[in-house]
Amino acid sequence: MVERLIGRGGRKGAADDATDAPPADPTAAVWARVQLARNLHRPRTLELLALIADDFVELHGDRFFGDDPAIVAGLARIDGRRVVVVGQQKGAETDENIRRNFGMPHPEGYRKAMRVMELGERLGLPIVTFVDVPGAHPGAESEERGIAEAIAKSIALMSRLRTPIVTVITGEGGSGGALAIAVGDVVLALENAVYSVISPEGCASILWRTPDQAPAAALAMRMTAADQLELGVVDEVIPEPRDGAHTDHPATAASVKAAVIRHLASLERRPLDELIEARYRRYRGLGAFTTIEAEPVIIPGRPGFTDRLRTFLGGSSRPTNGASPNATHDEPPAREEV
Amino acid sequence: MPIKLPSFRQRRDTYPPDLWTQCPSCQEMLFNKQLEKVLRVCSNCGHHFRLSAAARLDLLLDADSFVEHDPGLQSLDPLGFVDLKAYPDRVAAAQATTGMRDAAVWGLGAIGGRPIAICVMDFSFMGGSMGSVVGEKVARSAEAALARRIPLLIVSASGGARMQEGTLSLMQLVKTVAATERLRLAGVPLISLMSDPTTGGVFASFAALGDVNLAEPNALIGFAGARVSAGTIQGELPEGFQRSEFLFSHGFVDRVIHRSELRDELVKLVGLMAPVPLAEVAADNGNIPAFRPLSFLSALAERVIPESDEASRG
Repeated sequence: MVERLIGRGGRKGAADDATDAPPADPTAAVWARVQLARNLHRPRTLELLALIADDFVELHGDRFFGDDPAIVAGLARIDGRRVVVVGQQKGAETDENIRRNFGMPHPEGYRKAMRVMELGERLGLPIVTFVDVPGAHPGAESEERGIAEAIAKSIALMSRLRTPIVTVITGEGGSGGALAIAVGDVVLALENAVYSVISPEGCASILWRTPDQAPAAALAMRMTAADQLELGVVDEVIPEPRDGAHTDHPATAASVKAAVIRHLASLERRPLDELIEARYRRYRGLGAFTTIEAEPVIIPGRPGFTDRLRTFLGGSSRPTNGASPNATHDEPPAREEV
Repeated sequence: MPIKLPSFRQRRDTYPPDLWTQCPSCQEMLFNKQLEKVLRVCSNCGHHFRLSAAARLDLLLDADSFVEHDPGLQSLDPLGFVDLKAYPDRVAAAQATTGMRDAAVWGLGAIGGRPIAICVMDFSFMGGSMGSVVGEKVARSAEAALARRIPLLIVSASGGARMQEGTLSLMQLVKTVAATERLRLAGVPLISLMSDPTTGGVFASFAALGDVNLAEPNALIGFAGARVSAGTIQGELPEGFQRSEFLFSHGFVDRVIHRSELRDELVKLVGLMAPVPLAEVAADNGNIPAFRPLSFLSALAERVIPESDEASRG
């Protein structure tokens, strides 16, 4: 954790990993990408905006509780086009990182994001979001103020906002904390960005029973940008400068800017009703399942074999409703995290 | 030659597991038959045992009113996921022990004579985790509720998103919430009942967004696992952290309801939220008609029809 926070695999180490031919070991290759995605010197929302936007006015506060420095939001002009921008912001230095909670937003961050995105809808401005977050803040204050409700509501809002949304995953796409501002019509990802349902450390400690297996978990979850493109979760991968985004901010920003403008232009041409319906369909269609011929597996109220036998033998009456014949499997473990 | 007497003491100490259940809260030994009669609530301390999906449906719905839909949805293995065990093996094992095909069941039924759509999760199937199948069932139940304009009741019991399907599981948060959001905009009520546990991606999606949020007593309800919270932040967690009563006192749950009063409360609630006598809907319970668009959505009519499996990947 400490190594991660101080940016181990920073400029030098990460560059070494990236410049050489990809390591033969796929686990090591994936893990190198995870380290790149977490590199402290990667450009975040504010660094990118400084290079992309002609104007940017940051707006603060969620109007309920406070202002969350882990999420920045505001109005910007990019290539002459007015947009609303929402993004996560880690710090590059320890002091700033502490101030910004290591980029882990609290509920007020997502509520600020919602407020500003809603403003964008009212003003008829498209929305650009930049995602780079280890995860939403998991602490007690976060729970007390309803982090789950804030994330859920933000997803719900984005699913129906009547304005185009372009999302760029620039670093870590950490689970629900990322998704809350990542429900785009188009989802782009930088080449070394990652996107996952749980951190590889978290996944490893649950399924492998030790966080040391994080690289294996990272590989199993197929969390790299290229994998996400294949799964259909990401629509386009934006190439990074050869040694990674952290080595060349201007070049990275230029690629991001070009891709964002291109997609905004094409989304803006679509009628809004069609756009919203296509967004619904995009997420409605994500998932992997099949349908097999099957009897309903559950027929509540039908007596089990022993009950039928008892009835047949003329035994005592059994309660007609309430107690279930199917409820007898053992109590599962008191807490299982999946 | 010594005579071997049967040891009664030993028999008393080792309770046959199929007859007795120990309450994890107060350690009381409970006779299973008796436990079933009292809706699997410990008569000593009030601990609410988890319910299977079947038992839950039986508890909440009018007798013989339930018709299951889409029982044949079956998860695939989109990532080829292997941890200590391959994902398909985990699914097969869960299917064998629970008799279910995945961690949720949805269908149409009635509560107090009023038709509802209902989706029930079952923790005993891989921790109730939400992968593509669970997400699809929740979304289909919402779309059916919208088409019929009948209330949707979702009973959650889940540790969160299913890691073995990677970000496709994460995308189920959007899939389900986008569908329930349409209910909200159309004025069709969503009742969310949270049972033990409702955590992670399930709590951070439809479970938190009910028009009415109900919870069973002392259910674990939260976003981050306690271990994550404890590892990330210093200091003690508050008393009763992430329990129903904690969420109630912080304003995220409308009512904490003892299981014995649950059905009566729901009958009342459904009656107040959807006061339409809809006996005619029960008649065509068996097949979901093509989506009937609401007038204000008419422009979207053809495109909102719930698609069958061609639309899904794989």
